[in-house]
Amino acid sequence: METAATKAPARGLWSGDEAVAMAALDGEVALGTGYPGTPSTEILEAFSALGGRAQWAPNEKVALEVGLGAAFAGARVLVTMKHVGVNVAADPLFTAAYTGVDGALVLVSADDPGMSSSQNEQDNRRYAVAAGIPMLEPASSQEAYDFTLASLELSARWKIPVILRMTTRVCHSKSVVHRRDHPLPPAPAPSFVRDIRGRVMVPAFARPAHHKLRKKLDEIRAWAETSPLNAVHEGSLALGVVTAGISFQHVREAAPEASIFKLGVVYPLPLEALRRFAAGVERCVVVEEGDPVVADALLAAGIRVEGKPEMFRFGELSVSRVRRILARDESPEPPEPKAKPPELCDACPYHPVYGALQRMGCIVAGDIGCYTLGVMEPYQAMDTCVAMGASVGVGLGLRHVLPEAQARKVVSVIGDSTFIHSGLNGLVEMVYNPPATGHVLLVLDNGTTAMTGQQEHPGTGRTMSHDATGHVSIEGMARAAGVKNVDVVDPVKDPKGFEELLTRRLASNDLSVIVSRRPCILAAADIRAFEKTNAAKAAAASPCAGCGSDDAA
Amino acid sequence: MPHSLSPVVNVVFAGLGGQGVIKASDVLADAAFRAGHDVKKAEIHGMSQRGGSVTSDVRFGPQVHSPMIPDGHADFLVVLAPTQVENNLHQLRKTGVLFPPDLVPEESLKNRRSLNVALLGALSTHLSIAEEHWRAAIQDALPERLLQVNLEAFEAGRAAERARPPGKGRHAAP
Repeated sequence: METAATKAPARGLWSGDEAVAMAALDGEVALGTGYPGTPSTEILEAFSALGGRAQWAPNEKVALEVGLGAAFAGARVLVTMKHVGVNVAADPLFTAAYTGVDGALVLVSADDPGMSSSQNEQDNRRYAVAAGIPMLEPASSQEAYDFTLASLELSARWKIPVILRMTTRVCHSKSVVHRRDHPLPPAPAPSFVRDIRGRVMVPAFARPAHHKLRKKLDEIRAWAETSPLNAVHEGSLALGVVTAGISFQHVREAAPEASIFKLGVVYPLPLEALRRFAAGVERCVVVEEGDPVVADALLAAGIRVEGKPEMFRFGELSVSRVRRILARDESPEPPEPKAKPPELCDACPYHPVYGALQRMGCIVAGDIGCYTLGVMEPYQAMDTCVAMGASVGVGLGLRHVLPEAQARKVVSVIGDSTFIHSGLNGLVEMVYNPPATGHVLLVLDNGTTAMTGQQEHPGTGRTMSHDATGHVSIEGMARAAGVKNVDVVDPVKDPKGFEELLTRRLASNDLSVIVSRRPCILAAADIRAFEKTNAAKAAAASPCAGCGSDDAA
Repeated sequence: MPHSLSPVVNVVFAGLGGQGVIKASDVLADAAFRAGHDVKKAEIHGMSQRGGSVTSDVRFGPQVHSPMIPDGHADFLVVLAPTQVENNLHQLRKTGVLFPPDLVPEESLKNRRSLNVALLGALSTHLSIAEEHWRAAIQDALPERLLQVNLEAFEAGRAAERARPPGKGRHAAP
C-alpha cells in the first residue's frame, strides 16, 4: 500500500527539523502539536506536509496538555516548541514527569544559543535535570531522525515523557539522512485505561508518583551507561573531549586526533562510563555550548575534567572557538563583522502605527513578533520586550505606579498570534485590576504569525494546513472580557483616523482595545488564496451546490 | 593546519533577506548531494529574513563535520548584494574566489531576481559537479514557470565567469 511514508525518499538532504518530522512519520506518531517558534517551526510543518496529523496550539502549555492527553490514551505524540516555549509549558511538564504516559510523548525543545531569533539563550538541558525527564541531543540530521525514534522507544519503554533537545544549527542545518524501514513496532490503537492513582496528582497520589519517577530515572541511568546513543571515538590518550550535539561536529574538525566521548543521552548522564573515559586520558575537556551543565555534573561526581572558560558560555560555539577552548586561549575574540539588522518590510502595515506612537511620545510596552522591529530606526517606538504576552501586564504595571502624565502615555502593543498565545491572560488582568488612568491595548493584527514564517493561529480561522476551522475573534474576546471601548481600524487606509482614535483613547480613563487590522504584506496574497479555496470548498459542500447557480451559497 | 589540506569544498553565500541567498545554497547543496558528496548546509533563519543580512554555508566532500565554515576558510564567496561584500570578505581564504553581484551584467538577465542562479552558474565553472546534477537541483528548487529563465541565467553566469580575466577582481587579497 502506498502511504506518505512509502512515497517519501529513503535518503535525502534534510534539515534536522525535517528529519524529526520524517522520524515521526516512520515512528507512527498519531499527533504532532506545538506553537511556532524559531528554530522549531518547520518540524510540524514538515510533518503535516508528509501527511502526518499536525496542528498548532494557541500556546506551548496547551500543546503539551493536548499531547499529554493523547499519550494518556496510548498514542505516540510529538510536541514541538522553541526553548522559551518550554517555560510556558513548564507547569504541565514537571507533573507529566510524575504521571508518565501510556503511549509515548516526545517534547522537542529547540534551543537558540547565540539568539539568532530569540530574546534569551537559556539552556534547556537544565529542564531535564529540574523536571527529571530524560533528554537526548542529536548532532546532525541523521541523529535527529535516529534520536526521535530512540526518544519514542525510550518514552514507551519507561512510560515517561522524553525531551529531544535540539539547537539552531541542528534544526536548520541540512545533512544527509538515511531512513529506516519500519523502525518501531506498530503503534497500538489508542484506548482509555483508567489509572486514577497514576494520573490524578493530588498529594496522596503525587507522593508515590515522585518515588516512582526517581526509580525510573535510576533505571534509565543504568541503561544509559551502555546505550549506543553514547559513543566513544577512540583517539589520542593525551586529549579526551566530552561533548554533545553540534559541538561534537566542531570538535571532530578542531581536534581530529582527540579521543571523544560523544553524549547522545544528556540526562541522565552515564557517569560511570564518563568516569572511565576521563581516567583513561591525560587531559579531559568538556566542550559544550551554553551553560556548563555537563562539566558541573561531572565535577560534582568527582570526575576529573576541565570546563570551558566563562567567555564561551555566551553565543554559539564554532570550530575556531572550540580550538580556543582546547588551547585555553582566553584572549579577546575578533569582533563580529557588521551585518545589516532586520527591519520592518517597506510595505509593512505597522509603519503608520509606529509613526503615530513615535510622534505621540508613547511609552510602549512591546511584545514578541515582527512588530518588535518597531524598536529599530527610524521609530525606536518600543520600550520593553520581555516575553510572549508580557506587553499587557508590563503596560499595566507601568500605569499603576507612574505619575499621571506619564501613565497616560503607556500603550501595550501586541500581535494577533501573541495576543491569543498569552495576551489573553493580560486582557483579563486589565479588566480585573484596571489602572486609574485606564489603559490602551493595541493589537496589531496582520492575520498571521508573521515572524516565524506566516503560520496560522486561532485568530485566522484556518488550520495549520490552511483549511477553514473555528475562528477566535480578537475584538469579540475583548468585548466579552468587559473592555469598554473596542475598535477595529485599518491603519494603512486611515492613518489619520488611527492617530486620532489613539489620542482620544489615551486621554480617557477607560479601558480600550484597538485592533489595528491589515494583512501582512508577505502573507496577503496567500491569505486571499486560502480564503478563496475555503469558500469554494464550503460552497461545494453546501446542500444547494448541485443546482448550478453561482449564488448557491 | 590539517584541514586546509582537506578536500572539503567550502562555499559561503551572502546577501539580504529576500534575495534568494538560501535558495542558492539549497541548489548547490542538492547538486553536490546528487553528485554523491557528503554535504552540510547551515544558515540562520528567523529575524534576519526581514531585510537583514543573510549568509548560508555549504560544505561538501567525502566527509563533512561542522556545518559551519570557519572564518577565513571559504573557498568561494558568492554575494548577492553590493553592500554585503565588504563585511563578508573575512570569510574567504587568501586564495579564495569572490563572486560579486556585478559579475553578471544586468542586461544579460531577463529577470534580475535570478541573479542568485546566475552566480551559481559562475560558481559552477570552478566545481566538478556534472551539469545534469545542477539542472536537476535547479528544476527541483523552482516552480516550473521560472525554470527556463533561471536555466538561461545559469548559462549567463557561466559565460560571465569564463569571460572574467584570471586574477581580475577574483581573489579576496592581492
